[in-house]
Amino acid sequence: MKNDLLFDFTVDKPAKTVCITREFDAEQALVWDAFTKAELIDQWIAPAPMVAKTKYQDFKVGGKRFYAMISPDGQERWALQQYTSITPKTNFKMFNVFADKEENPDPFGSEWDHTFSEDNGITKVSIVIYNESMERLEMILEGFTIGMRMSLTNLETLLEKLSKK
Amino acid sequence: MRRDIFQAIADPTRRAIIALIALQAMTPNAIAENFNSTRQAVSKHLRILTECQLVKQEQQGREIYYSLQIEKMKEIDKWLEQYRKIWETRFNQLDKVLSTIKKQKK
Repeated sequence: MKNDLLFDFTVDKPAKTVCITREFDAEQALVWDAFTKAELIDQWIAPAPMVAKTKYQDFKVGGKRFYAMISPDGQERWALQQYTSITPKTNFKMFNVFADKEENPDPFGSEWDHTFSEDNGITKVSIVIYNESMERLEMILEGFTIGMRMSLTNLETLLEKLSKK
Repeated sequence: MRRDIFQAIADPTRRAIIALIALQAMTPNAIAENFNSTRQAVSKHLRILTECQLVKQEQQGREIYYSLQIEKMKEIDKWLEQYRKIWETRFNQLDKVLSTIKKQKK
Protein backbone atom coordinates (compact mmCIF):
# COMPACT_ATOMS: atom_id res chain seq x y z
CA MET A 1 0.00 0.00 0.00
CA LYS A 2 0.84 3.65 -0.31
CA ASN A 3 2.02 3.90 3.25
CA ASP A 4 4.97 1.72 2.46
CA LEU A 5 6.29 4.23 -0.04
CA LEU A 6 9.50 5.85 1.04
CA PHE A 7 9.63 9.52 1.96
CA ASP A 8 12.92 10.91 3.09
CA PHE A 9 13.63 14.57 3.78
CA THR A 10 16.92 15.91 5.07
CA VAL A 11 18.34 19.39 5.34
CA ASP A 12 22.05 20.02 5.53
CA LYS A 13 22.16 23.58 6.79
CA PRO A 14 25.91 24.23 6.48
CA ALA A 15 25.89 22.86 2.93
CA LYS A 16 22.64 24.77 2.21
CA THR A 17 21.30 21.59 0.68
CA VAL A 18 17.92 19.90 0.93
CA CYS A 19 17.64 16.24 -0.10
CA ILE A 20 14.23 14.73 -0.78
CA THR A 21 13.54 11.14 -1.81
CA ARG A 22 10.10 9.79 -2.50
CA GLU A 23 8.68 6.66 -4.09
CA PHE A 24 5.60 6.64 -6.32
CA ASP A 25 3.28 3.83 -7.24
CA ALA A 26 3.64 4.38 -10.99
CA GLU A 27 6.01 3.54 -13.82
CA GLN A 28 9.05 5.70 -14.43
CA ALA A 29 7.86 7.18 -17.73
CA LEU A 30 4.70 8.50 -16.10
CA VAL A 31 6.48 9.96 -13.07
CA TRP A 32 8.99 11.58 -15.43
CA ASP A 33 6.10 13.22 -17.29
CA ALA A 34 4.56 14.42 -14.03
CA PHE A 35 7.82 16.22 -13.19
CA THR A 36 8.60 17.58 -16.64
CA LYS A 37 5.33 18.43 -18.38
CA ALA A 38 3.89 21.76 -17.33
CA GLU A 39 0.24 20.68 -17.62
CA LEU A 40 0.95 17.85 -15.16
CA ILE A 41 3.32 19.82 -12.87
CA ASP A 42 0.62 22.46 -12.40
CA GLN A 43 -1.73 19.81 -11.05
CA TRP A 44 0.37 18.96 -8.00
CA ILE A 45 3.31 21.30 -7.36
CA ALA A 46 1.39 23.94 -5.42
CA PRO A 47 0.35 22.76 -1.96
CA ALA A 48 -3.42 23.26 -1.74
CA PRO A 49 -5.07 25.75 -1.47
CA MET A 50 -2.35 27.39 -3.55
CA VAL A 51 -2.51 26.74 -7.29
CA ALA A 52 0.28 26.70 -9.87
CA LYS A 53 0.02 28.27 -13.30
CA THR A 54 2.69 27.85 -15.98
CA LYS A 55 2.84 30.77 -18.39
CA TYR A 56 5.17 28.99 -20.79
CA GLN A 57 7.54 26.04 -20.81
CA ASP A 58 10.27 24.97 -23.20
CA PHE A 59 11.61 21.67 -21.91
CA LYS A 60 15.08 21.48 -23.42
CA VAL A 61 18.58 22.32 -22.21
CA GLY A 62 18.71 26.11 -21.97
CA GLY A 63 14.91 26.27 -22.18
CA LYS A 64 12.74 27.73 -19.42
CA ARG A 65 9.53 27.36 -17.50
CA PHE A 66 7.96 30.55 -16.19
CA TYR A 67 5.23 30.00 -13.65
CA ALA A 68 3.35 31.43 -10.70
CA MET A 69 2.07 30.07 -7.42
CA ILE A 70 -1.23 31.74 -6.68
CA SER A 71 -2.68 32.01 -3.19
CA PRO A 72 -6.43 31.87 -2.48
CA ASP A 73 -6.56 35.67 -2.20
CA GLY A 74 -5.09 35.99 -5.70
CA GLN A 75 -1.50 36.89 -4.84
CA GLU A 76 0.92 35.66 -7.47
CA ARG A 77 4.45 34.57 -6.75
CA TRP A 78 6.41 34.16 -9.98
CA ALA A 79 9.46 31.99 -10.53
CA LEU A 80 11.68 31.10 -13.44
CA GLN A 81 13.29 27.72 -14.06
CA GLN A 82 16.03 27.13 -16.58
CA TYR A 83 16.88 23.58 -17.59
CA THR A 84 20.63 22.96 -17.45
CA SER A 85 20.79 19.23 -18.18
CA ILE A 86 18.33 16.60 -19.41
CA THR A 87 18.81 12.83 -19.67
CA PRO A 88 15.35 11.62 -20.73
CA LYS A 89 13.48 9.58 -18.10
CA THR A 90 16.46 9.39 -15.72
CA ASN A 91 17.72 12.84 -14.77
CA PHE A 92 17.20 16.54 -15.23
CA LYS A 93 18.75 19.58 -13.63
CA MET A 94 17.51 23.12 -13.47
CA PHE A 95 18.16 26.49 -11.94
CA ASN A 96 15.19 27.92 -10.08
CA VAL A 97 14.85 31.57 -9.15
CA PHE A 98 12.01 33.78 -7.93
CA ALA A 99 11.11 36.61 -10.28
CA ASP A 100 8.62 39.40 -10.76
CA LYS A 101 5.87 39.01 -13.32
CA GLU A 102 8.08 40.62 -15.98
CA GLU A 103 10.57 37.74 -15.56
CA ASN A 104 13.18 39.84 -13.75
CA PRO A 105 14.92 37.31 -11.50
CA ASP A 106 16.02 37.67 -7.87
CA PRO A 107 19.79 37.76 -7.23
CA PHE A 108 19.86 34.31 -5.64
CA GLY A 109 18.37 31.05 -6.77
CA SER A 110 18.74 27.31 -6.26
CA GLU A 111 20.03 24.38 -8.27
CA TRP A 112 17.78 21.34 -8.54
CA ASP A 113 18.91 17.86 -9.48
CA HIS A 114 16.24 15.16 -10.08
CA THR A 115 17.07 11.48 -10.48
CA PHE A 116 14.50 8.82 -11.43
CA SER A 117 14.73 5.04 -11.10
CA GLU A 118 12.18 2.22 -11.20
CA ASP A 119 11.96 -1.07 -9.38
CA ASN A 120 8.98 -3.37 -9.83
CA GLY A 121 6.61 -0.65 -10.96
CA ILE A 122 7.62 1.66 -8.10
CA THR A 123 9.48 4.78 -9.19
CA LYS A 124 11.93 6.48 -6.87
CA VAL A 125 12.66 10.17 -7.31
CA SER A 126 15.62 11.81 -5.58
CA ILE A 127 15.77 15.58 -5.52
CA VAL A 128 18.79 17.54 -4.34
CA ILE A 129 18.28 21.28 -3.96
CA TYR A 130 21.25 23.51 -3.43
CA ASN A 131 20.41 27.03 -2.26
CA GLU A 132 22.78 29.87 -2.94
CA SER A 133 21.65 31.64 0.20
CA MET A 134 20.05 30.55 3.43
CA GLU A 135 17.81 33.61 3.31
CA ARG A 136 16.38 32.23 0.13
CA LEU A 137 15.48 28.98 1.85
CA GLU A 138 13.41 31.07 4.19
CA MET A 139 11.69 32.94 1.39
CA ILE A 140 10.55 29.71 -0.16
CA LEU A 141 8.52 29.08 2.93
CA GLU A 142 7.28 32.63 3.32
CA GLY A 143 5.49 32.38 0.01
CA PHE A 144 3.59 29.37 1.22
CA THR A 145 3.01 30.06 4.86
CA ILE A 146 -0.42 31.64 4.64
CA GLY A 147 -1.91 29.05 2.36
CA MET A 148 -0.07 26.26 4.09
CA ARG A 149 -1.40 26.94 7.54
CA MET A 150 -4.86 26.53 6.19
CA SER A 151 -4.18 23.30 4.36
CA LEU A 152 -2.15 21.82 7.21
CA THR A 153 -5.04 22.35 9.56
CA ASN A 154 -7.29 20.62 7.05
CA LEU A 155 -4.81 17.80 6.73
CA GLU A 156 -4.46 17.39 10.46
CA THR A 157 -8.21 17.20 10.89
CA LEU A 158 -8.40 14.62 8.16
CA LEU A 159 -5.58 12.57 9.67
CA GLU A 160 -7.21 12.67 13.05
CA LYS A 161 -10.45 11.37 11.59
CA LEU A 162 -8.65 8.61 9.75
CA SER A 163 -6.62 7.47 12.72
CA LYS A 164 -9.72 7.22 14.87
CA LYS A 165 -11.20 4.65 12.53
CA MET B 1 15.12 46.17 16.80
CA ARG B 2 13.75 42.66 16.68
CA ARG B 3 15.26 40.70 13.83
CA ASP B 4 14.40 37.38 12.30
CA ILE B 5 16.34 34.30 13.30
CA PHE B 6 17.04 33.45 9.66
CA GLN B 7 18.96 36.65 9.25
CA ALA B 8 21.25 35.27 11.91
CA ILE B 9 22.09 32.11 10.05
CA ALA B 10 22.10 33.68 6.58
CA ASP B 11 25.73 34.76 6.95
CA PRO B 12 28.66 32.29 6.97
CA THR B 13 30.63 34.23 9.60
CA ARG B 14 27.64 34.30 11.91
CA ARG B 15 27.15 30.57 11.45
CA ALA B 16 30.80 30.07 12.41
CA ILE B 17 30.33 32.25 15.48
CA ILE B 18 27.28 30.18 16.46
CA ALA B 19 29.33 26.99 16.12
CA LEU B 20 32.10 28.48 18.27
CA ILE B 21 29.99 29.70 21.15
CA ALA B 22 27.83 26.58 21.09
CA LEU B 23 30.80 24.90 22.76
CA GLN B 24 31.49 27.54 25.38
CA ALA B 25 30.71 31.14 26.28
CA MET B 26 33.35 33.47 24.83
CA THR B 27 34.42 37.11 24.96
CA PRO B 28 34.25 39.20 21.76
CA ASN B 29 38.07 39.28 21.64
CA ALA B 30 38.36 35.51 21.89
CA ILE B 31 35.74 35.13 19.16
CA ALA B 32 37.47 37.66 16.90
CA GLU B 33 40.77 35.74 17.16
CA ASN B 34 39.13 32.94 15.16
CA PHE B 35 38.42 35.15 12.17
CA ASN B 36 40.38 37.21 9.71
CA SER B 37 37.86 40.01 9.92
CA THR B 38 38.27 43.03 12.20
CA ARG B 39 37.10 43.12 15.78
CA GLN B 40 34.60 45.72 14.60
CA ALA B 41 33.10 43.34 12.03
CA VAL B 42 32.80 40.59 14.63
CA SER B 43 31.07 43.02 17.00
CA LYS B 44 28.54 43.82 14.30
CA HIS B 45 27.78 40.12 13.79
CA LEU B 46 27.42 39.66 17.56
CA ARG B 47 25.05 42.59 17.68
CA ILE B 48 22.85 41.04 14.98
CA LEU B 49 22.95 37.66 16.73
CA THR B 50 21.93 39.36 19.98
CA GLU B 51 19.09 41.19 18.24
CA CYS B 52 17.90 37.87 16.86
CA GLN B 53 17.99 36.62 20.46
CA LEU B 54 20.19 33.78 19.34
CA VAL B 55 22.98 34.73 21.73
CA LYS B 56 22.94 36.28 25.16
CA GLN B 57 25.52 38.44 26.90
CA GLU B 58 26.71 37.96 30.43
CA GLN B 59 28.93 40.24 32.40
CA GLN B 60 31.66 38.39 34.29
CA GLY B 61 33.99 40.81 36.06
CA ARG B 62 35.22 43.24 33.46
CA GLU B 63 34.50 40.96 30.52
CA ILE B 64 31.33 40.32 28.55
CA TYR B 65 30.74 36.70 27.57
CA TYR B 66 28.56 35.60 24.69
CA SER B 67 26.73 32.27 24.78
CA LEU B 68 24.20 30.50 22.58
CA GLN B 69 20.46 30.40 23.26
CA ILE B 70 19.77 26.78 22.47
CA GLU B 71 15.97 27.21 22.70
CA LYS B 72 16.06 29.77 19.93
CA MET B 73 17.93 27.39 17.65
CA LYS B 74 14.99 25.02 17.93
CA GLU B 75 12.86 27.55 16.04
CA ILE B 76 14.89 26.70 12.97
CA ASP B 77 14.01 23.04 13.35
CA LYS B 78 10.35 23.90 13.67
CA TRP B 79 10.58 25.89 10.48
CA LEU B 80 12.28 23.01 8.67
CA GLU B 81 9.49 20.71 9.77
CA GLN B 82 7.00 23.02 8.06
CA TYR B 83 9.09 22.93 4.92
CA ARG B 84 9.06 19.14 5.05
CA LYS B 85 5.29 19.20 5.30
CA ILE B 86 5.00 21.28 2.15
CA TRP B 87 6.73 18.49 0.28
CA GLU B 88 4.55 15.89 1.90
CA THR B 89 1.42 17.73 0.75
CA ARG B 90 2.84 18.16 -2.73
CA PHE B 91 3.68 14.51 -3.11
CA ASN B 92 0.29 13.40 -1.83
CA GLN B 93 -1.19 15.55 -4.57
CA LEU B 94 1.15 13.97 -7.09
CA ASP B 95 0.03 10.49 -5.95
CA LYS B 96 -3.51 11.49 -6.86
CA VAL B 97 -2.48 12.87 -10.27
CA LEU B 98 -0.56 9.68 -11.05
CA SER B 99 -3.38 7.37 -10.05
CA THR B 100 -5.88 9.41 -12.09
CA ILE B 101 -3.69 9.14 -15.19
CA LYS B 102 -3.20 5.41 -14.63
CA LYS B 103 -6.95 4.91 -14.47
CA GLN B 104 -7.50 6.92 -17.65
CA LYS B 105 -4.99 4.74 -19.49
CA LYS B 106 -6.80 1.54 -18.60
